[in-house]
Amino acid sequence: MKLLEDLLLKPFADMAGAPDFLIQVLWEGLVAGVLYALIALGFVLIYKSSRVFNFAQGIMVVFAALTLVGLHERGVPPWLAVPLTLAVMFVLAVAIERVVLRPLVNQPDIILFMATIGITLFLVGFGEIVFGGENKVMITEELGIPTGSFTFEPFGGFVSIEQKDLVAVVGAALLVALLVVFLNRSRIGRAIRALGDDHQAALSVGISLSVIWVVVWFIAGIIALATGIVWGARAGVSFALEVIAYKALPVLMLGGLESVSGAIVAGIAIGVLEKLFEIYWGQPLFGGGTETWFAFVLALVVLLFRPQGLFGEKIIERV
Amino acid sequence: MLYRTAGQFKTSYRADHALFPVRQDAWLLGAILVLALFVFPLTANEFVFRALLIPVLIYALAALGLNILTGYAGQLSLGTGAFMGVGAYACYKLTTIFPDLNLIVAIALSGFVSAAVGIVFGLPSLRIKGFYLAIATLAAQFFLVWLFDKWTWLYNDNASGAIQVPTVAMFGVPIAGPNATAIVQYYVVLAIVGAITFFCINITRGRIGREWKAVRDMDIAAELVGINLMKSKLSAFAVSSYVVGVAGALFVFLWRGAAEPTAFDIPLSFRVLFIAIIGGLGSILGNFLGAVLIVALPVVISALPASFGLPIASATVEHLNTMTIGALIILFLIVEPHGLARFWTTIREKLIMWPFPH
Repeated sequence: MKLLEDLLLKPFADMAGAPDFLIQVLWEGLVAGVLYALIALGFVLIYKSSRVFNFAQGIMVVFAALTLVGLHERGVPPWLAVPLTLAVMFVLAVAIERVVLRPLVNQPDIILFMATIGITLFLVGFGEIVFGGENKVMITEELGIPTGSFTFEPFGGFVSIEQKDLVAVVGAALLVALLVVFLNRSRIGRAIRALGDDHQAALSVGISLSVIWVVVWFIAGIIALATGIVWGARAGVSFALEVIAYKALPVLMLGGLESVSGAIVAGIAIGVLEKLFEIYWGQPLFGGGTETWFAFVLALVVLLFRPQGLFGEKIIERV
Repeated sequence: MLYRTAGQFKTSYRADHALFPVRQDAWLLGAILVLALFVFPLTANEFVFRALLIPVLIYALAALGLNILTGYAGQLSLGTGAFMGVGAYACYKLTTIFPDLNLIVAIALSGFVSAAVGIVFGLPSLRIKGFYLAIATLAAQFFLVWLFDKWTWLYNDNASGAIQVPTVAMFGVPIAGPNATAIVQYYVVLAIVGAITFFCINITRGRIGREWKAVRDMDIAAELVGINLMKSKLSAFAVSSYVVGVAGALFVFLWRGAAEPTAFDIPLSFRVLFIAIIGGLGSILGNFLGAVLIVALPVVISALPASFGLPIASATVEHLNTMTIGALIILFLIVEPHGLARFWTTIREKLIMWPFPH
C-alpha cells in the first residue's frame, strides 16, 4: 500500500505542491530534450539518405566541439575558428565517404553500422592524440553567447532560466527550421529525399550518390558542431560527451528512424519525461541514476505497440 | 598439396554431413588441440596466460554466444556485456550462498540465470526487428548495469560495490581467487570453452540451428514453412544468453578476479560484437580468430614502440591503439565483410584446388 502510494500519489502531490520547481524541472528537461533531438536529427538525415545507422554521430559532436576549442586554444580568433571547424567537418565528411562508405556500398546494414563504430574508435583515438583527453571549457563568451540567467517568480516560487539554454533552444529551433526548408525546397534537399525513398530510382534519374552522401555527412557535421557548442557550454567538452550519443538512440527508436519530425518530438518527450521520472520517482524510490536507462525502457514499451516508432515508415514485408 | 582430398570418398549422406568431411580438417584440429593443451602451457609465462591465452578463450566464448543470436538467428544484440554481467553476478551469489558448491557447477548454473534474463529481454524480438531491436537490447544493457550498481544484495552489500572472487579450490587445487595459478585457470577455461564450443557446433548443425538460419534469412518465410517463430527466436536468446553468461562468469572468476558494474558497460558489448563480426557472423571458428585479433592486437601494438626503442608515452600508445583498432575494423570490413572465417574458407578451397585455378 505504502509502495503504491509512493508510486502513484506522492509524486503528483509533490508536483502540485511546488509548481515552481516543476516548471524548473520541465525547462531543464526541455533543454536536454532539444539537444537529444539535435543529435537524433543527425542520425535521421544520414539514415534517410543512405540507410547507414551512423553510430559516429555522438563522437562527431565531441570532435567538432574539441576542434573548435582546440583551434581557439592555439590562438585562432573565434570568428575564424567556427568556419575552420566547419571546414574540418567537411574534410571529415569527404574522407568518410571516400574511405569508408564508397567501398562498402551495397553491404548489409550491420556491416555499415560496424564501420561507423570503427569511425567512432578512430575519431576517439585521433581526437585524444591531437587535442588531449582532458576536460576543456567551451568558449561560450567568445562566441557571443550570453551567460547570465533570467529569474521568474511564478506562484510565489522561484524559477531560473539560463540565457545560454534559451539561446540553445532558439538556435536549435532555427537550425531545424532551416533544415526543413532546405530538405523541402532546395534541389539538393529533394535529391536527399529521393535517395531516401529509392536508391536505384534516384541513381537512374542522375542523382549522384557520392555527392549527396558528402552533403549529408557535412550537414550532420554542422548539426554536430551546433550540438557540441550548446552541450559543451553546459557540461564542458570532453569525451564523456559521447554518452549523450547513446541517449539519441531511444529518441530515434521512439520517433522512427526515418522521421525528422519524429526525432524532434521524441527528443523533447524523452528529455522532459526522463527528467520528471528521475526527480519524482527515480531519486526517492530507486536511489537515482535512472536517467541512464529510462529513455530506453520507455522507447521499448512504445515499440511493443508501434514496432516502427511513433512516426517511422510502416514496415511492409514481402516474401 | 597438403589438402589433397583424393581418395576420401563419401558413400553416404551421413558421411557427407560429418563433422570433418575432409580428413585434413581433423588433423588440423588435432594439431591445434596439441598446441593448446601441451605446447602453450609448457612455453607460456604468467603474462602470456593472463594477457593473451585466457582472455582470448573467454572473449571467443562470449562472441560465440553472441554469434548464435546474431549470426545464426539474425537478431542483432548490443547487450552482450550486460548478459555477461548477469552470469558473473549469478555465479558470485551462488558461490557465496553455497560456499561448498563446485565452481564449475556454479558457473554452469549461473548460465541458466543469464538465459532466463535473456528470454525476458528477447520477448520484444517477437515484434521488433532490425535496428529497432538492436536499440531495444541496449535497454537491457543500460538497465542491467544500473541494477548491478543499485541492487546491493547482488554484491552482498559490501562497501566497494564490486564483486571480489574468493579462493575456490577443487580437488585441493585453488582454481579461482588470488591463490590460483594461471596455468590451472587456463586449463579450466580451456575445458569449459571446449565443451561449450563442441555443444554449439552440434546445436547449430542440427534441427534447431537450421530453424535459426531459416529465421535469419527471412522470418516470415520461415513462419510460412511451419517454423514456430516464437520458439525459435526465444531459444536463440536462451542459448545465446547461456553461453554469454558462462563467459561472463569465467571473465570474472577465472580471469579478472574482481569486477565492478562498469566492467560490463557498453564498451564490453561492442568489443564482443567486433570479435563476432570481424571473425565472421554465422561461423564458430570465426569467433576464435576474431578474439585472437582483437585481444592480441592491443598487446602487440603497445609492445611495438618499446621494441623499436621509440619513446612514446603510455597514454599516447593507448590512443594510437584505439585509433588503429578503429581503422583496422574498417579495413577488415572493406576487404572481407564476411570476416576472417571466410578468409579461411577461401584459403582452404584454394589449397584443395591447388595448383589449378578452378
